[in-house]
Amino acid sequence: MTAYRTGSRFLLAALGSSLLAACANIGEAPKAAATAPPETTLADSFEPLGQAGLDRLQQNTMQKVCSEYEGKPVPDDLAKQIIAEAAAGVRYPADGNYFGDWKNGEKIAKTGTGLQSNDDPALPNGGNCYACHQMAAEELAYGTLGLSLAQYGKLRGQSEPILQYTWTRLWNAHAYNPCSHMPRFGDAGILSEPQLKDVMAYLFDPASPVNLPAPAPAP
Amino acid sequence: MNLRASFGFGLALLLGVAPGAAVAEEENPFAEYRAMFGDDNPAELVEMQGEELWNTPGGPKQVTLAGCDFGLGAGVIAGAYAQLPRYFADTGKVMDLETRLLHCMETLQGMDVSALRKKPYSDQGQPQTELESLSAYIAAQSRGMPVAVPQTHPLERQAFADGAKFFNLRAGPHDFSCATCHSQNGKRIRLQALPQLNTVEGARTSFGTWPAYRIAQGAVRTIEWRMADCARQQRLPGLVHGSKVAIDLITYLGVQANGAEMTAPGLKR
Ligand code: HEC
Ligand code: HEC
Repeated sequence: MTAYRTGSRFLLAALGSSLLAACANIGEAPKAAATAPPETTLADSFEPLGQAGLDRLQQNTMQKVCSEYEGKPVPDDLAKQIIAEAAAGVRYPADGNYFGDWKNGEKIAKTGTGLQSNDDPALPNGGNCYACHQMAAEELAYGTLGLSLAQYGKLRGQSEPILQYTWTRLWNAHAYNPCSHMPRFGDAGILSEPQLKDVMAYLFDPASPVNLPAPAPAP
Repeated sequence: MNLRASFGFGLALLLGVAPGAAVAEEENPFAEYRAMFGDDNPAELVEMQGEELWNTPGGPKQVTLAGCDFGLGAGVIAGAYAQLPRYFADTGKVMDLETRLLHCMETLQGMDVSALRKKPYSDQGQPQTELESLSAYIAAQSRGMPVAVPQTHPLERQAFADGAKFFNLRAGPHDFSCATCHSQNGKRIRLQALPQLNTVEGARTSFGTWPAYRIAQGAVRTIEWRMADCARQQRLPGLVHGSKVAIDLITYLGVQANGAEMTAPGLKR
């Protein structure tokens, strides 16, 4: 059972009875019993703030399934459905070129802001990669929710399958790992195509700090 | 008041960043903060402001909040915070400390709290709101006691269950849920340690430290603030102060933390 439904109302079904109890408590007129109990919705707990509207509470199928199976294995049929939908939605670079500017990619990887209620929507979104991944050896302030991407391009080379795999991962990680905790940077429109290319260059360019050896320890 | 103990606890929590991190302790900026504050937690000052507010008649009715029932009887604040949120028969709702305070300001003191309800937290560099100071003072009256958030009333159990469900709810452009950041042990974002809040052990390290003085903000922040600020990081719209989701989440965390020692107001990064 999923507690939250999509659509314009976010009905917390279980709540109906508790609200009735509340009405009985303050001794309201019998009309409370005669009419259906008011729906308490998820949206009642939130208010639009900055660029974050209430539409953000509406879940797509992937979000619903992954909420329900958080920390548990996703049943095969649902997993297959999520993978298929994710893979079908990937858009590869129109000009066939995967790479932009790694220096800009570095900025994107280090920028944690974007799409929060207090962020300026006029500024480009960050990718926040360092929140979850180790990348360049010189950057010690990295998070550990994802695996290390140190030496990413150096270890993997630049074959077409590797480039396509990585692009797909960035676009929609659920194409490989249903219910991945990694944001759908391309699919959800967090990063633009040129930004994704910059991040790709940061991962693969031999001159990018991601692929440089760790600095020698201080004498 | 055991300041030293409460400080030590906050410090251990913050240095909890270290396990597995490639960051030497001397590079941890918190070491500098520690030097700055010595043994003092600035929350103590806010606690004192709260105490003064508690004892001062206010609102159009010019009465104190001594008639406010936080669950243990009118005016009883010793140990009350450790047992919140809880169900209140007079409103028919599960309420946390902050919603109960606003309720009493309104009903007992006759205050118009609509502005405070809309803007419950102080801006950086501005004086703390009445709600923040009173929360710090009342929370401190539970220091050293075990967290004991009740699960007797059906609505209290409902709040816990709904809180647990919301904890896993993925939504918004980043697909984040609370679980994205708080469901694994020993993880961190950048250098900030992430408590594993869907386990008893994790919830116990966190719940009893709120409200806390946040060094980065120079202010005491309440647990409602913590919920709203994590909802912001989750890319959700504004989490309404005192809303059902906020109270469900606090109930979920509190019940898991039952038995842990209250050390609030804590001291944080
Ligand atoms: C909120 C966490 C989070 C963020 C932010 C994040 N990732 Fe990930 N990433 C993960 C996790 C977790 C995995 C592990 C596999 C999985 O669950 O999909 C992963 C896997 C990957 C992989 C696959 C690695 C491999 O060896 O196959 C790549 C590449 C990657 N991430 C790149 C990025 C880049 C680039 C960014 C920023 C633009 C980023 N990630 C942001 C969590 C995150
Ligand atoms: C995108 C990441 C992210 C999401 C999503 C998130 N949090 Fe957090 N949370 C953090 C970070 C980072 C900290 C530590 C902040 C600091 O030290 O300044 C934190 C701290 C906390 C703390 C305080 C821990 C302590 O005692 O110091 C609580 C409680 C908490 N989060 C609960 C939640 C809840 C409940 C949700 C869902 C509504 C949530 N978080 C969603 C990143 C997140």
